[in-house]
Amino acid sequence: MCEACPVIDWEKELPTVRSFTASRVDSEMTDHIVWFDRYDRDLHKEFVGGKNSSLGEMMMAELPVPPGFAITTNAYTQLWNNRELVEGVNELLRGIDHDDYVANMKTSEAIRALIEAEPVPDDVATDIREAYEALCAHCGVEDLPVAVRSSATAEDLPDASFAGQQDTYLWIKSADQVIDHVRRCWSSIFTDRAIAYRHGMGYLHTSIAMSVGVQKMIDPIAAGVAFTLNPTNGDRSQVAIDAAWGLGESVVSGEVTPDNFLVDKVLREVVKREISDKHIEYALTPDGVVEKLEVDEERRMAASVTDEDLVGIAILARRAEKHYGCPQDVEWALDRHLPVGENVVMLQSRPETVWSQKEVKSVSKGGDVMSSIVSTLVSPLHNKTQQGDQ
Amino acid sequence: MADSRFPSPFELEGPEGVEGWEELYPYSVSFGEARRDYEENRFWFWDSMHWGKALTPWDSTFMEMALASLSQMNSRHYLIPPADGVDFRVLYGYAFLSPVGVDPSKIEGRVPHFMERAGHYFGNWDSLYENWLVKVKGTIDEIQALDFSPLPEMEDLEVITSGSGMGTGHKLQSEYNKFKDLILQTWNYHFEFLNLGYAAYLDFFGFCKEAFPSIPDLGIAKMVAGVEVDLFRPNEELKLLAQKAIDLGLADAFADPANVSLTGDAGAEFQTAWDVASDPWFNFTSGNGFYHFDKIWKEHPEIPYAFLNDYIVKIQAGQDISRPIEAITAERDRIVSEYRDLLGTDEDREAFDGKLGLARVVFPYVENHNFYIEHWTMSVVWRKLRELGATLAKDGLLGSEDDLFYLRRDEVGEVLWDYYSNWAVNSPTASAAIMGPKIARRREIHQKLSEWSPPKALGEPPEVITEPFTIMLWGITSDSVSNWLGSDSDEEGVIKGMAASPGAVEGIARLVFDPEDVNDLLDGEILVAPITAPSWAPVFPKIQACVTDIGGIMSHAAIVCREYGVPAVTGTGFGTNKIKTGDRIRVDGSAGTVTIIS
Repeated sequence: MCEACPVIDWEKELPTVRSFTASRVDSEMTDHIVWFDRYDRDLHKEFVGGKNSSLGEMMMAELPVPPGFAITTNAYTQLWNNRELVEGVNELLRGIDHDDYVANMKTSEAIRALIEAEPVPDDVATDIREAYEALCAHCGVEDLPVAVRSSATAEDLPDASFAGQQDTYLWIKSADQVIDHVRRCWSSIFTDRAIAYRHGMGYLHTSIAMSVGVQKMIDPIAAGVAFTLNPTNGDRSQVAIDAAWGLGESVVSGEVTPDNFLVDKVLREVVKREISDKHIEYALTPDGVVEKLEVDEERRMAASVTDEDLVGIAILARRAEKHYGCPQDVEWALDRHLPVGENVVMLQSRPETVWSQKEVKSVSKGGDVMSSIVSTLVSPLHNKTQQGDQ
Repeated sequence: MADSRFPSPFELEGPEGVEGWEELYPYSVSFGEARRDYEENRFWFWDSMHWGKALTPWDSTFMEMALASLSQMNSRHYLIPPADGVDFRVLYGYAFLSPVGVDPSKIEGRVPHFMERAGHYFGNWDSLYENWLVKVKGTIDEIQALDFSPLPEMEDLEVITSGSGMGTGHKLQSEYNKFKDLILQTWNYHFEFLNLGYAAYLDFFGFCKEAFPSIPDLGIAKMVAGVEVDLFRPNEELKLLAQKAIDLGLADAFADPANVSLTGDAGAEFQTAWDVASDPWFNFTSGNGFYHFDKIWKEHPEIPYAFLNDYIVKIQAGQDISRPIEAITAERDRIVSEYRDLLGTDEDREAFDGKLGLARVVFPYVENHNFYIEHWTMSVVWRKLRELGATLAKDGLLGSEDDLFYLRRDEVGEVLWDYYSNWAVNSPTASAAIMGPKIARRREIHQKLSEWSPPKALGEPPEVITEPFTIMLWGITSDSVSNWLGSDSDEEGVIKGMAASPGAVEGIARLVFDPEDVNDLLDGEILVAPITAPSWAPVFPKIQACVTDIGGIMSHAAIVCREYGVPAVTGTGFGTNKIKTGDRIRVDGSAGTVTIIS
């Protein structure tokens, strides 16, 4: 047993459901549901987690994200009204040995099973069901395929980003399936790596709460991520784009060495292309199941995005960066069904975390232009130019 | 193993059958025993950018005058603190240059002089440039007015009645000397502003490279470049003439550019418009202006006629061939404001504005001098030389007009003396018999030199190239020199991948193929894996570096490594095949390389 390891203090820590909809008159939103197209940062941000608030902001900033809604942390909070559940989880947490990664994996599985066995409270389930049906109606598709994504309140902040910590489920159809996967997102707060991370950082398990995003699925030809700076040297005039065939999961998980591009966001030109052997892709089968497929020979070594689309992605990424006022880390996809020029869809945008934390230093040394010219002539120029090779 | 040095100028073997090539050029540009110690201990690069072809004797003159003028501005006019001149030699017909740096102990002492002298130019740039245009046009007029016509049977009566006492024979000698003076004057003017202009540009350039390490040179150039530049004018004039040809019903007249005949009133009207545009804009060389065989539009109208015909076809097909000046200007403004926005601090924005402002003041000169000197003045110079060659050929001193280019400038003086003195005596000249065979042999040598290709450089390269003008004017850097030496090839034991997370460390590798094995990683080891998964996150704080077979710069391993400041090289392809657990390796996450040390 680990003395330092936090368990959940049911009496002190757990928050209560708080209403934010009361101030809104004309709203189909409930305390459990926030629509991205009506997202209001002041009212909703704390209830929808980092990823969802970013989607809502993007939607409101006219950045092209697929339509959808967030299931608020209020819904998650209600889960912990069940004292039996809290005690069951605590019992398992107390048994953890943090140096044994394999055993931890099993503890995590047991905790997640406890949470997923718990039925979703009726009023929450009703709200999710109604929202999902409204989304189906909005898109004119029965059993609309959606992505269900976890959106934790502490994730996605510049100081607490942790890649790949929570779960995403794709191509979910029907309200029942959505509800089922909402529970899985909730339980993903207790993945082994998340438990270990909180342990390592000394965070309480209740320091984060889980919101869940439900968003229309798109059907990407290619997808990937984009950084609005060059991650190798922090150059903000470039957008770095990783891309691979099919859904973006192969890129984010690192299962595929993606094509890597650098696009000059000012000149709007592709300045570097590294095409990789993309051996697998996540794609949709005709019946809408996400499958990991071998990529056929001729596409493996082919560029997964055209220059025109790369520039389109870069321009959108730059728009996001301008909107948020700091470098962004963007997930994007090229939808199969949209025309070129409108086919770049943004799935997520969040602050870039590495270079943004560095202190911004002035490049200029002060002084007049003449002294600067003298120092330019006298100091070895190669030091300046050689950095530019990436 | 790559070579560490280039051939010595004293050991380089040239092409066969060029014995005596040295006498094509003045002894001052020859490598030789007189300066062997100095010459052998320098790095010389072939200036293929300006003088890519073998030089004939007269053409070498311009290379020599250009380099002397460039050097003089650095060393004697402005006292550029770290740079004196650029030394020059001709070896087997090709120009080799060697920048001369300033003794480091003397750099500081030059600074106040530079500040005062360059400061005067930067401070009065516009008025000095305006005056420069007047000076250059004046020189062109002077060159054009030189009289190289054949010596007359008898002097005009006016020579007698004016009481001048000197005749055309003396005048021809004097005009030739004046001609050489005026060309040197032209090349002095060429460099009067250029080095300073580049220095101001370089200052802005260096600032941009520091602010945006990957900014393409093109991006910087786009911010500085003028929208309306004299160098574009010849082409713009052609576009206007294409429209004029259509308006005059002459659209079909240029279909065969080699056989254009303009007849009737329309033809005459077009010809008038053409002549107006020609002077000065078609004093435009199809080469770089440095060789006598470069074709000039004015003398070879078939060249601009072909372009004209292309424009006519485009206009007739309904295309808009005009330059969208407004759109170009708007795009330039957009680029400037975007880079400006992306700067980190207000202080930087202020510096950016100042440096860009100066760069834009100086840049019209940098852009335009090329038209005024290399195109316009040099067109006039070549024309004059042909005129002189034709005169000497007509009176039997040379076999043909362009024999002249196979004589050194001092030898032309001798031929002119032969011409004058025997014209005076009314006796036979010696030039045809003495110089004729030499010229024939020189044509052979030049032909052989032209078919040969020189090495990129001679002698031992400096460890790093820091001389600003070498980098600025010739774009020669330590990197390009090392590429010339071929040292960039694959090295044994070096694995290349993507530079995914910066930093470089050495440590012991541990291969992890299976998630179950991550528990085996010891503190400070380097994780080497086919790929990493998010579930491995807990081990990243304890590893020193990470190497993966697959994954890009935004793969999980890369992101997490950057988060923890751990160097990473991803997408190595076969890292796990080549590296074994227990190997000592060096991971350079900035360069994207992994080196197996032992």
